[in-house]
Amino acid sequence: MLLSERVMEKLEILADAAKYDVSCASGQSKRENKNKGIGNSSGFGICHAYTEDGRCVSLLKILLTNQCIFDCAYCVSRKSNDIKRAAFTVEEVVDITISFYRRNYIEGLFLSSGIFSNPDYTMERLVRIAKKLRKEENFNGYIHLKAIPGASDELIREAGLYADRLSVNVEMPTEQSLKLLAPDKNHQDVIRPMTFLKEEIAGRKEEKKIIKKAPLFAPAGQSTQMVIGATKETDLEILAMTDYFYGKMNLRRVYYSGYVPISTDNRLPALGTPVPIIRENRLYQADWLLRFYGFKVTELVGWDQPDLDLDIDPKLAWALRNPEQFPVDINTADLEMIKRIPGIGVKSAQRIVQSRRYRRLQPEHLQPMGIAYNRAKYFLAFSTPFSLHKDLTQEQIKQQILKLQQSKYEKNFSSQITLF
Amino acid sequence: MTTLACDGTFEGWLTAVFEIYEYRFTDVEFSSEGVSANMFSTARQVTTDLRKAERVKKGLKQRLSQQGYQQLYHTFFSEIENAEQQMWLFAQYVFASKINVEGDQRNPVVWNILKAAQMVRRESHRMKAFVRFQLTKDQIYYAVVEPDCDVLTLIAKHFSDRYADQRWLIYDAKRKYGIYYDLNSVSVVEMTFNESSGGVEIWDEKELFFQKLWQRYFGSVNIKARKNMKLHLQHMPKRYWRHLTEKKMGL
Repeated sequence: MLLSERVMEKLEILADAAKYDVSCASGQSKRENKNKGIGNSSGFGICHAYTEDGRCVSLLKILLTNQCIFDCAYCVSRKSNDIKRAAFTVEEVVDITISFYRRNYIEGLFLSSGIFSNPDYTMERLVRIAKKLRKEENFNGYIHLKAIPGASDELIREAGLYADRLSVNVEMPTEQSLKLLAPDKNHQDVIRPMTFLKEEIAGRKEEKKIIKKAPLFAPAGQSTQMVIGATKETDLEILAMTDYFYGKMNLRRVYYSGYVPISTDNRLPALGTPVPIIRENRLYQADWLLRFYGFKVTELVGWDQPDLDLDIDPKLAWALRNPEQFPVDINTADLEMIKRIPGIGVKSAQRIVQSRRYRRLQPEHLQPMGIAYNRAKYFLAFSTPFSLHKDLTQEQIKQQILKLQQSKYEKNFSSQITLF
Repeated sequence: MTTLACDGTFEGWLTAVFEIYEYRFTDVEFSSEGVSANMFSTARQVTTDLRKAERVKKGLKQRLSQQGYQQLYHTFFSEIENAEQQMWLFAQYVFASKINVEGDQRNPVVWNILKAAQMVRRESHRMKAFVRFQLTKDQIYYAVVEPDCDVLTLIAKHFSDRYADQRWLIYDAKRKYGIYYDLNSVSVVEMTFNESSGGVEIWDEKELFFQKLWQRYFGSVNIKARKNMKLHLQHMPKRYWRHLTEKKMGL
């Protein structure tokens, strides 16, 4: 029983240290359960629980150890931080993963680690755990491994054979910030394994087209994370990085983690500074616009306006800046333009295009189709209702829409803007 | 008017649809509480006939996409009011039209099916997430659920694919039946299970440890500075807490 007490304590320490990594995706990978093993990934993620901060829990997200030779100011596990240290054994991680999975608590494992002794030593342990899960436990659940910057190509390649997703966190959006907060690191350390993985993933995909039985290689691709609000970057700089990751590195996801003050270091926002949750949310909205709505970064932010609006979402902001694009007649417009109307999402836009084949759509048809009509109505070209709004200025439309929405974070707006 | 009553199976409903066309009933109504004739209607108890059911199924599949057919099928498990009647109105529209009607979402007949199916899909997805197995002494992974819709048969395959090497039983406490996987196949088991029965002695010796471990984990991954109870409750409505290990008090 003493042993189990220690495992509980370790889990507490190592889950606490891993929780600032926000990735929780567990889909996008098909790994069928053949020969009666455990686990089956159908390609759709499942969120098994939600913590009180509203974030989803789908993976057992832990560090192998929070021992670290680096001293990155933004990280709880930094060398100079006076906290409890712990390390799991390979067997413990495997045992907890399988036991949790069998009880339907989780979709799989997200394993990261502080760097102890050297990158290869750390990476080798991570790979060993993934290998044991796949080979000895016959586990087909989801595995997300960190690719430790500086680890050898062979180890990272081996990791890709067992993991569904690999990620290298860029952490700071720009090189200057990284230099400021993590003097031991530089962007190249991150970009190098990312590039290696990109090529490896593309190569294996080609191979699989020819040889069906070729092994899976990181089928859920790679992702990365940027901490936002810890340093001075504008949203323009952040989204430019995002664009680079999606465009040039073929990343599946870029995550944004609003900085949670954990340090008295004067290079960072003070303890008690509110987490920039709204800004983080706006960045995710912008990210979605880039990936699913056909927007370009330059349509959302620019040199004259380097930050996203906090009080309204980026799509509404774009629509208000581009009044000449509206009103749109949803009975004739193409899908891409309908997706750009505030209050209409991708699914609703598809529904509109599908159902207008049967009959002409009128305003009263839209609400039941899941459209935020109160928001969309200012941008729609229905003859009668639109005429009610067409003499409003952009500012008046904005105010009317703002009146409709209530945010519990409103009080945080001012403090976020004056962070620096 | 004709009032129809089926045996509570999907095939029963399909048979009824067949007979509506076979006997040229006009103005029909599906009844959920058996048949009782009155002076305004004739009553008919439908006997399920797999041959008839198969023909209707084939006809529907020809006129609908796979997804459209699934939506109709899922509606059957939704337990919405007059589900069978709503499904009949939809089927009638399907058979009366020359083109596929499922995109005609602003027609209430289509929309009601779409909405019911969406509810069932959401509830199935929730059950895939919220089932919490507890390991018994005889090595059966056992879970109790109380879903809003009757979804056990819809999620059986998900669980047998995933947990192919462990015996498990998921029990629906609301509808008093369960699905049991014996390492080969899933079967429906009728049983009444008294929740208060079965103390500590029925669980595997390590079960409590893993439940506690999971609770501790669940507590540690929360970021207090980001507390957002509204979102938490939206994703994990309170009615599900009773059977969620991480929400159990006093472990």
